[in-house]
Amino acid sequence: MEDVQIEPTARKEIRRLPSDLSILMVLIGVALVFEVLGWIFQGQSFLMNPQRLTIMILQVSVVGIIAIGVTQVIITGGIDLSSGSVVAMTAMVAMSFAQASGYERAVYPSLTGLPVIIPLAVGLCMGLFAGIVNGLLIARTGIPPFIATLGMMVTARGVAKWYTKGQPVSFPTEGFATIGNGALPVFIFLGVAVIFHIALKYTRYGKFTYAIGANPQAARVSGINVQRHLVKVYAIAGLLAGLAGIVTAARAETAQAGMGMMYELDAIAAAVIGGTSLAGGRGKIFGTVVGTLILGLMMSGFTFLRVDAYYQEIVKGMIIVAAVVADVYRQKARSKKA
Amino acid sequence: MISEHTKEAIERVKSQVGDRLLEIDGIRKEFPGVVALDDVRFSLRKGTVHALMGENGAGKSTLMKIIAGIYSPDRGTIRLRGEEVTLHGPLDALERGIAMIHQELALMPFMTVAENIWIRREPLNRFGLVDHLQMARQTQELFDRLNIRIDPLSEVRFLTVAQRQMVEIAKAVSYESDVLIMDEPTSALTETEVDHLFRIIRDLKARGIGIVYITHKMNELFEIADEFSVFRDGHYVGTHASEDVNRDDIIRMMVGREITEMFPKEEAQITDIVMGVDHLTLDGVFHDISFDLRKGEILGLAGLVGSGRSNVAEALFGVTPATSGKIRIDGEEVIIGSPADAMKHGMAFLTEDRKETGCFLPLSILENMQIAMLQDNNVRIGFVDQGTVSRLCDEMREALRVKTPNMEERIENLSGGNQQKVLIARWLLTKPRILILDEPTRGIDVGAKAEIHRLISRLAAQGVAVIMISSELPEILGMSDRILVMHEGHMTGIIDRQEADQVKIMELAAR
Repeated sequence: MEDVQIEPTARKEIRRLPSDLSILMVLIGVALVFEVLGWIFQGQSFLMNPQRLTIMILQVSVVGIIAIGVTQVIITGGIDLSSGSVVAMTAMVAMSFAQASGYERAVYPSLTGLPVIIPLAVGLCMGLFAGIVNGLLIARTGIPPFIATLGMMVTARGVAKWYTKGQPVSFPTEGFATIGNGALPVFIFLGVAVIFHIALKYTRYGKFTYAIGANPQAARVSGINVQRHLVKVYAIAGLLAGLAGIVTAARAETAQAGMGMMYELDAIAAAVIGGTSLAGGRGKIFGTVVGTLILGLMMSGFTFLRVDAYYQEIVKGMIIVAAVVADVYRQKARSKKA
Repeated sequence: MISEHTKEAIERVKSQVGDRLLEIDGIRKEFPGVVALDDVRFSLRKGTVHALMGENGAGKSTLMKIIAGIYSPDRGTIRLRGEEVTLHGPLDALERGIAMIHQELALMPFMTVAENIWIRREPLNRFGLVDHLQMARQTQELFDRLNIRIDPLSEVRFLTVAQRQMVEIAKAVSYESDVLIMDEPTSALTETEVDHLFRIIRDLKARGIGIVYITHKMNELFEIADEFSVFRDGHYVGTHASEDVNRDDIIRMMVGREITEMFPKEEAQITDIVMGVDHLTLDGVFHDISFDLRKGEILGLAGLVGSGRSNVAEALFGVTPATSGKIRIDGEEVIIGSPADAMKHGMAFLTEDRKETGCFLPLSILENMQIAMLQDNNVRIGFVDQGTVSRLCDEMREALRVKTPNMEERIENLSGGNQQKVLIARWLLTKPRILILDEPTRGIDVGAKAEIHRLISRLAAQGVAVIMISSELPEILGMSDRILVMHEGHMTGIIDRQEADQVKIMELAAR
């Protein structure tokens, strides 16, 4: 008790360290740890390998795109568990409209060789639709976001399997495959990040999103149509999951119903590691991008150190829990003061 | 009759000899920014009902929570059956024989009556499992003793409020409690239920149990209480036997303070009717509220907590729209189905509870202040015109003298008074014509209070129509041009400034 009273200003100073900066420090710290371990165990540098870093970022781009939508949902105080399944569903459906002409075993043999805009539009619409359903369920019926999106998670996965009775969909047109080519997924990820960074920071959409998460009753009394806004936020999360599905399919040049498994949890983890509060009202796209990179760096680092894949999962699980525990303590410290 | 009287007389003599169950002395309790109780004393005799009286905010609830072990006092002594004690939480109090019947009843709806009563103390069979048969039997015995007719095996959610209260009382008795605290136990009961409750209370008295009884209702005081203590602004005013006084004496004791704070009421031109309200009703909450509100006028809304004041304000602003009745703005009937609708008609609403419905605690002062003004004139294709908005917010911050190093500070780091100013600023930035203020100065220090009073006065002088709800009579009297008084969901009168005084308002509010 005495500490608290003697140095309240000091405590304040510590917390005033910008969260952007502290999360960057974590990223750098993780990188340096692997660098040191790399020299010790592998006799080579971890970071001085552009190829490895490119692959790492490529691998997390899809999760990153999802995480940007999920971050917005979490800022409103909600959660979205459906994104991984929506990835699979959109990948399947989009790919079925993107098959190269002349491919006999195409899903729609008469609809092959279509311009890339069609599968793109179809995929985005699928994602958007799933998101709108989530949003309407949550806003209109008042059921918890956890339940609504859990339902969508199971349903969308089912749709993905039912669509071709479990068969993979392959042989995309060259145009469609380009979406996943080279570093394009990374640019899509970063482009989306910039757009929503701006949206959250400078638009009324963003202001309302934070307000609803911080205090939904106060938001309503302040004249915000909370229900309509929630539908928008979940719709955007669905749209981005759809985009992620398209990128996944294009990159793999095939679509399977099992794609995107557990991506929703990686996305939530990236957001939470990046400082988004599960209590709502707080979180930044920048943090989520860094959180995504931290996740990628860990996976890449473990592979580099030839750590068994099973250990990787164990450690990943612990990191996610640790990030949430840290968030809980932050909340407690704050409420104690208030 | 005569023997009854003699018995009572003997009781009284006995109690004067001793028999003090609970004695409290020199209690002080502070909350951040407010002294809730100062040098308060209280004593409860065996087999009596002792009522606590006072206006809202007089400190009754705080005292009650100290007795129940929920708050620990900063200073002062508590003696239980002659022995000085320190209560470590409500469970400790319960085990020492002090039980509280909660105003918001604290039973578990999906468990049976018996399970609720014996929770933590369930009788076990020889396998160490709960013996439900035995538990039901115990409950039935308890109910028989208290003349309560409720099935021990029915789930609590199927019981009426009155029945739940009986269950709580039985639970308290099952702990062998001899100090019972009842916080406005009749507030949700019908007349016959009240009669039943009073029979049980008399029965408990006969067993020697002492009851601390909080009420706003005068007639109950005379019917059930043996003595009463009055509190005012956290101070002890006095204790009397209820047969020695009449209504007027009590009202005088409750409101008897001088109006010490100055209310800087400016002369305002009261002109056209801005808002008319006809027979506004929210089923089961308030009924048939009608009034006119004019430009430049401050209409005070008085009444006890639970009288429906805040519900009327919420209905006017569309938070919980009324079920029937009309609202006219500038003579035209309007439908207000949501706060957004209300804002379109130039209304603004400062809610009663800063934390629950006002502040966005994790957000900055700027974000908190600008949220209501992000309407079409300050937003271009979705993008907030932050330059203009920030400038307007900054001007407002200066005008209201919000004490903060900068606008990026989180609002949760501000004092209550400064938070309140930020919320007022939020609404003033929407340039309202009708301003509804619910407890605008609750829980803030005297300095900020005076500033807010001045501000309200100035706004009225500029032609804003103000509806102000307050539990503080001096504030209502000092600020209002007219005062609408409510009692249990009904309008009991509108008094003009010149004719209004504390006694008149209390009479209408506390019938």
